[in-house]
Amino acid sequence: MSESAIEVRNLAKRFGPVVAVDDVDFSVPTGGATALLGGNGAGKTTTISMLLGLLLPTAGSVSVLGEDMLRHRYRVLPRMNFSSPYVDLPRRLTAAENLQVYARLYGLSDIGRRLREVADAFDLGDVMDRRVASLSAGQKTRVALAKALINTPDLLLLDEPTASLDPDTADWVRGYLQDYRMERGATILLASQNMGEVERMCDDAIMMRAGRIVDRGAPTELVDRYGRDTLEEVFLDIARGRDRDGDERRAAR
Amino acid sequence: MSAAPARRDPPFSSRRIGAMVLRYAFLVRGSWPRIVEMAYWPTVQMVLWGFITLFLIGHSSFIAQAFGVLISGVLLWDVLFRGQLGVSMSFFEEMWSRNLGHLFVSPLRPYEMLVSLMVVSLIRTLIGLIPASLLALMFFGFSLYSLGVPLIGFFFNLIVMGWSIGFAVSGLVLRVGLGAESMAWAAIFAIAPICGIYYPVAVLPDWLQSVAFFLPASHVFEGMRAILVDGAFRSDLMINAILLNIAYLGVGMAAFLAFFRSARSSGVILQVGE
Repeated sequence: MSESAIEVRNLAKRFGPVVAVDDVDFSVPTGGATALLGGNGAGKTTTISMLLGLLLPTAGSVSVLGEDMLRHRYRVLPRMNFSSPYVDLPRRLTAAENLQVYARLYGLSDIGRRLREVADAFDLGDVMDRRVASLSAGQKTRVALAKALINTPDLLLLDEPTASLDPDTADWVRGYLQDYRMERGATILLASQNMGEVERMCDDAIMMRAGRIVDRGAPTELVDRYGRDTLEEVFLDIARGRDRDGDERRAAR
Repeated sequence: MSAAPARRDPPFSSRRIGAMVLRYAFLVRGSWPRIVEMAYWPTVQMVLWGFITLFLIGHSSFIAQAFGVLISGVLLWDVLFRGQLGVSMSFFEEMWSRNLGHLFVSPLRPYEMLVSLMVVSLIRTLIGLIPASLLALMFFGFSLYSLGVPLIGFFFNLIVMGWSIGFAVSGLVLRVGLGAESMAWAAIFAIAPICGIYYPVAVLPDWLQSVAFFLPASHVFEGMRAILVDGAFRSDLMINAILLNIAYLGVGMAAFLAFFRSARSSGVILQVGE
């Protein structure tokens, strides 16, 4: 088994004159939880889209679970899954119907049992027979997370997984994802604007700005390196291009 | 953690196609107006042309000679029309619901998606055609099934042509956005005057007859008239339609896959939606 669940080399994506991702290199260790952080337009969603194979890179290579995603993505798609606010589940289908369809697409054998498991895990009992269109934002997010875990993936790519959840449910989901990762040895790549979530869930954070990786490290390391008190302050420094100021602050201390 | 990665691409899966068909079945099951609509329009068209036939029968020796030629034309035209809409509207459902991102990171392959669209289109077309054809028998005493075994060939040639156009239109709309979805209607109606649904291709100007030759549907409608008017089955027309449709289906699928790849390059798959 490859030591890295994700290996990205010289990855670039240009849309005409716009450089969305610019010569990015990183790897994510198997079983690790890594955050992809950055402001709007930093290149996080573009990077995740290329990892999923939804977007073809302009240059570079992407290896996921030991396979070249540009050539053999169908070998690994059954072992990965994702959740994103940029995609929805069909609104006219019930939550149970949606999950049943995806369970079949992922080739699950005991679909009824798996649906009961994810319904229990995400407390969906009372919404399974309701159309997705009628659900609250938080309920939709829980259904989307249930879909993301329907195939018990080895690799989870999560874009803002708790964005629409109330603090209590969001906290519970984070705990669930942490437990899932520990029990399954699964790898998680998380794009989030919630720094508390990243500090709790991730042992590594990749900071992006304008399509480039500008820093990387454990959340506590980054906080120390920038001489800040919280990861959110580090995020603001990087998003606002104040790395050098940060250096000056550290020098003054 | 599950097993190590498979070192070969997973094969074509009828199970994934079944999952997609189930997805559309869930959609229709939850909306009875959709089911009614599938049968409503073909029936209305059939009734309209049935009465036109009753009117013309006393004024036209051509119609008097071949009573069902207009009703057969409208019902078979609907196979082409519904076949194409069955593909493109089912695909647009995924775009409207912003579901393509989920689908295309699942193991579902684009060509499996196309096969599932064909199955769904076939079912939708039959739901529209069968009630209308039975009502034609009840109201006007004309049986579409009097065309005999060639009807099967006519049906599949028309629906395959509809699928081919549907694939190309779906791919184009995926690439350029839902603003172009009216193409789904425009594309099929653009060929309606040329393929000789209600009149022989011979009435067209010479240059349009040349265009009509390259439409499988024009050979089908000529073949239909040969049976109803002359009582003869024209195998040459059937073979022409089949050969043209092989090319159409290949081009339609290739166009969809090319547009799909282009959509992956431009990043629109995550951006489409209502």
